[in-house]
Amino acid sequence: MAHVTALHLKYKYPGSDTLALHDISFSVERGECIGIIGENGSGKSSLCQALAGLIPGFYKGAYGGKVLLDGQEAAHMDADTLCRKVGLVFQNPFNQVTGAKLTAYEEVAFGLENIGVPREEMHARVREAMELLHIYEYREHYPFDLSGGQMQRMAIAGVFAMRPEIIVLDEPVSQLDPQGRKEVFEAIRTLSGHGITIFLAEHNMEQIAAFCDRVALLHEGRLICMDTPARLFSRDDLETYGVEAPVFTKLARVLQVRGQDGLFPVTLEETKRLFMEKRQTGAGVLEWLE
Amino acid sequence: MARIEIEDLYFSYRPEEEILKGVRLTLDQRPTAIIGQNGAGKTTFVKLLKGLLRPTGGRILLDGQDIAGLSAAKLASRIGMVFQNPNDQIFKNTVMAEVSFGPRQIGMPEDKMRICCQKALEAARLTGLEEKNPYDMGLSARKMVAIASILAMDTDTVIFDEPTIAQDHVGKERIRQIIRGLAGEGKSVIAILHDMDFVADVFERVIVFMEGRILMDGSVREVFADRDMLERAYLEQPNVTRLCHELGYRGVYLKVEELLHET
Repeated sequence: MAHVTALHLKYKYPGSDTLALHDISFSVERGECIGIIGENGSGKSSLCQALAGLIPGFYKGAYGGKVLLDGQEAAHMDADTLCRKVGLVFQNPFNQVTGAKLTAYEEVAFGLENIGVPREEMHARVREAMELLHIYEYREHYPFDLSGGQMQRMAIAGVFAMRPEIIVLDEPVSQLDPQGRKEVFEAIRTLSGHGITIFLAEHNMEQIAAFCDRVALLHEGRLICMDTPARLFSRDDLETYGVEAPVFTKLARVLQVRGQDGLFPVTLEETKRLFMEKRQTGAGVLEWLE
Repeated sequence: MARIEIEDLYFSYRPEEEILKGVRLTLDQRPTAIIGQNGAGKTTFVKLLKGLLRPTGGRILLDGQDIAGLSAAKLASRIGMVFQNPNDQIFKNTVMAEVSFGPRQIGMPEDKMRICCQKALEAARLTGLEEKNPYDMGLSARKMVAIASILAMDTDTVIFDEPTIAQDHVGKERIRQIIRGLAGEGKSVIAILHDMDFVADVFERVIVFMEGRILMDGSVREVFADRDMLERAYLEQPNVTRLCHELGYRGVYLKVEELLHET
């Protein structure tokens, strides 16, 4: 059975006359990492919230279709079950941090306290999550004294510590520096390796391409396609949807360097490999740079 | 244009923890990007430039005059700053009220104010949204409101703290045009950025901050050519530069167009 399924999912915010999500259907296997891309306003955040049950649990409005988590309907789950099943990392950590705790450590422990995890296990999990995100050294800091990047990693640690089966991240690294981004992506990759299903909304296409098994492209609330990064970024109509291919793909397209499957490379490593091959076979690409 | 000289700048929030440890530089007309790890002192530095914080040592001279001696209004009419998080900046309940607040505060004459606001709204593509409440808009649109309200003040120096955060392809393109437009008008643009591809594309000078000091200050090409230095600062080259290095090319290429131009 698919781990996460959306069936004709529709949603409209209260007071809005357009659908934020328009008849979205897909299914995702356990442990898959799914990228969510699209221009601002395309429905990425709404989809994240629907997957995490905040739509329709918290945000009212018109809701149709369903989201199934392990075959169970998210909209019918109680908050306790739902929050053990799926964790959501917000775009802006200021919206996630409770503000009720005086140290980063307590902040990370907040969710676990609420679901009544035994004390010893709670400490172990908080420490593990904080170490994974490289913020254990800031455990005694006041949450709002942390830098943007540290605060975001603290928010992610709070979600990781809950050990949900599914983690939804809504542009989680937009506030981070390159090193912080790398750390967060490495941490997500670790979790992904443990069979956690990941949904990741992100504008950085190089990251999406390097990281995701499949990518969902949204436009005006509709799912345009959900496919492997190579197939999606080899489409020639991306501009129509307000997204760009990774810089490597753009370069390969101009030079018409394709893999055996006829698709353009999407990551640095693949692009390098294909360019090197072309050079060896004397196909005449890029000698001008020697 | 403004001439800003920074002399031996020190700053700490707490005496035992120095954030800036002797920063010395002169800003010129080249669009300048400030890069570095979170916590390297970048935001603190620009807050000092804007007079929001007072140095614990050293001084900042604006056209030869120490900014410590300038009134807030005087400084505000010379240096504008767009905050990283628009929620820290926006407090009015319509776009127009927000955008016209700054010009009004610095005593801009009414007719000039109208022109400046209109121009700023156009640049940020907010025309027609004047009566909207910024807090009913998404984060990226709200950031555009924050940008427009600084542009409207028509300052000769504009500072951006991470302008591309949460922006999609179209939004980034708009910010690129805004920065190029400001540079074209002879204004100084200083921006803190984490997006190296954007830096490579839009900026001419790059200053690398590390642990409260300047690790390197040079042209965008010089800085991005220096892999060892970038690694020390936990930074990366732009994607195209990385690819070319991996492929063993000797030249430093900053963007796709540059690479293709060679053909």
